[in-house]
Amino acid sequence: MTALTLTNVNKSFGKIHVLKDINIQIEEGEFAVFVGPSGCGKSTLLRVIAGLEDASSGEIQIGEDVVNLTPPSKRGIAMVFQSYALYPHLNVRKNMSLALKQEKQPKDVIEQRVAEASRMLDLEDYLDRYPSELSGGQRQRVAIGRAIVRHPKIFLFDEPLSNLDAALRMNTRIEIAGLHSQLAASMIYVTHDQTEAMTLADKIVVLRDGRVEQVGSPMELYNNPANQFVAGFLGSPAMNFFPAGVVGEGGNLTIGVRPEDLRLADDGALSVTVNHVEKLGGDTNVIAHAGDQRITARLFGQHDIAAGQQLQFGYDSARAYRFDDAGHRVR
Amino acid sequence: MNKARTNPLNTAAMHGALILYTLIALFPVFVILINSFKTRKAIFREPLAMPDADSFSLIGYQTVMKQGDFFLYFQNSMIVTVASLFFVLLFGAMAAFALSEYRFKGNMLMGLYLALGIMIPIRIGTVAILEMMVATGLVNSLWALILVYTAQGLPLAVFILSEFMRQVSDDLKNAGRIDGLSEYTIFFKLVLPLVRPAMATVAVFNMIPIWNDLWFPLILAPSEEVKTLTLGSQVFIGQFVTDWNAVLSALSMAILPVLALYVIFSRQLIRGITSGAVK
Repeated sequence: MTALTLTNVNKSFGKIHVLKDINIQIEEGEFAVFVGPSGCGKSTLLRVIAGLEDASSGEIQIGEDVVNLTPPSKRGIAMVFQSYALYPHLNVRKNMSLALKQEKQPKDVIEQRVAEASRMLDLEDYLDRYPSELSGGQRQRVAIGRAIVRHPKIFLFDEPLSNLDAALRMNTRIEIAGLHSQLAASMIYVTHDQTEAMTLADKIVVLRDGRVEQVGSPMELYNNPANQFVAGFLGSPAMNFFPAGVVGEGGNLTIGVRPEDLRLADDGALSVTVNHVEKLGGDTNVIAHAGDQRITARLFGQHDIAAGQQLQFGYDSARAYRFDDAGHRVR
Repeated sequence: MNKARTNPLNTAAMHGALILYTLIALFPVFVILINSFKTRKAIFREPLAMPDADSFSLIGYQTVMKQGDFFLYFQNSMIVTVASLFFVLLFGAMAAFALSEYRFKGNMLMGLYLALGIMIPIRIGTVAILEMMVATGLVNSLWALILVYTAQGLPLAVFILSEFMRQVSDDLKNAGRIDGLSEYTIFFKLVLPLVRPAMATVAVFNMIPIWNDLWFPLILAPSEEVKTLTLGSQVFIGQFVTDWNAVLSALSMAILPVLALYVIFSRQLIRGITSGAVK
């Protein structure tokens, strides 16, 4: 069954057209990630789904119901915010139970659900603490707990990991993935970080300037990007782009090759000058330039390469992508 | 640690300047206080001397207690000040919340219109206000004063509070909306506690002028039963003879309630409970 259907959703703030004809379907139990550079409208889209902003036109359907005119609390959604947004005057237990109290749930149901959520998130020892007495990671878990107790039809995450440090971010990411399989709930997750998108998503929605660029599973988008933007946005380090002329090919095309598809080859088509080498142990990242084009290569293993060196890179033509002037894929 | 901050010379200079300023600011209050405990002759002979066994006298306080209804005046001043502050804070915060939180046509103009009052003194409209009060039958009632002071305090309150409310995290308010809190609950339970320091600032700014005002009590509520403290003290100041003992004693006592209110509000100024709500 479909958990969420957006049909021709538009949103304008005054004269600024932020969301343009958004059509998305998210299936029940699916983990969907909205990803895009800042200012692409992904957070606005999440707010429109949550009901915190009204869509200027179009239809939002959660489950079977059209919810355009339903207030946020009645849409069957729960949201986790980037800044946690915990109620500072309430302790953890009350933070989690407030929404249920507002729904007038019986006391035993509230208690049971708070107990369940706090067990899932290891928050049992902190139930009587106030948000100011918790660390960043604990606060984020409380925010997630506040969403879980509601048993929503859809979870909405608005960049929930941005305020955490790198180590904690990875742990929390794994926890969220675990929660998703445990709860089997539909989740929508907004981020600008392509790593989070690739690792968490069943379905990625790439947005740019208020438009959906491409929708698909992570590997679909990675292996088969529809245009230059998607190709450049997903994958780290990002895909290399250079004009076809650099490697002696004709036509006004741009060629894209992923850093890991480049290899050292004496007869390689791409001659570059090395700017910088990052030795990571397992991998070696070579940052170089060919004319004005910056080229990044990710070589497996350890290589003795120094800045200033001249290298030849080769690549498998079948693993190169070709794009026209407008950035569309040429197959 | 910043070196300049730990340098003892700098610290001494800083504290010296602050102490000097405190002394200058407190000196008039101090002179009023010591002279209120002296005989009339001692006040004029040596205004700056401390009261001693010879010059000590409570005659001023006795006169004040005997004369008229001083406790009634106290009570009137207190009612007017507290009620005005309450309304200024309540309506000011509500207007500020609306201006900072909701997008509507004319939002900007409305904000400017409300802020205009900061620049135009309300006393310019005294005649019109008096006419309105007469027409509504509010002359010689405390309500006349409360309404005028509320109007007088609102512009600054809206201006300051709306700036602070813009800084309250949107996520927090949205979290409340998703949890099903009404806009009123969000306002009273989430936003107001977070702008408490700003509320205290507004309260302190408004409190002193209201407490000290002589103009509107004299014009709008001069009758005996609604006299405020400042107006009541005027009976001791005559055209030819002024009972300085009584005036100084009355003024000394008038300081106390504002001092108490100030202590209450200033605690809020320092305390902030934002920590932990949002990063």
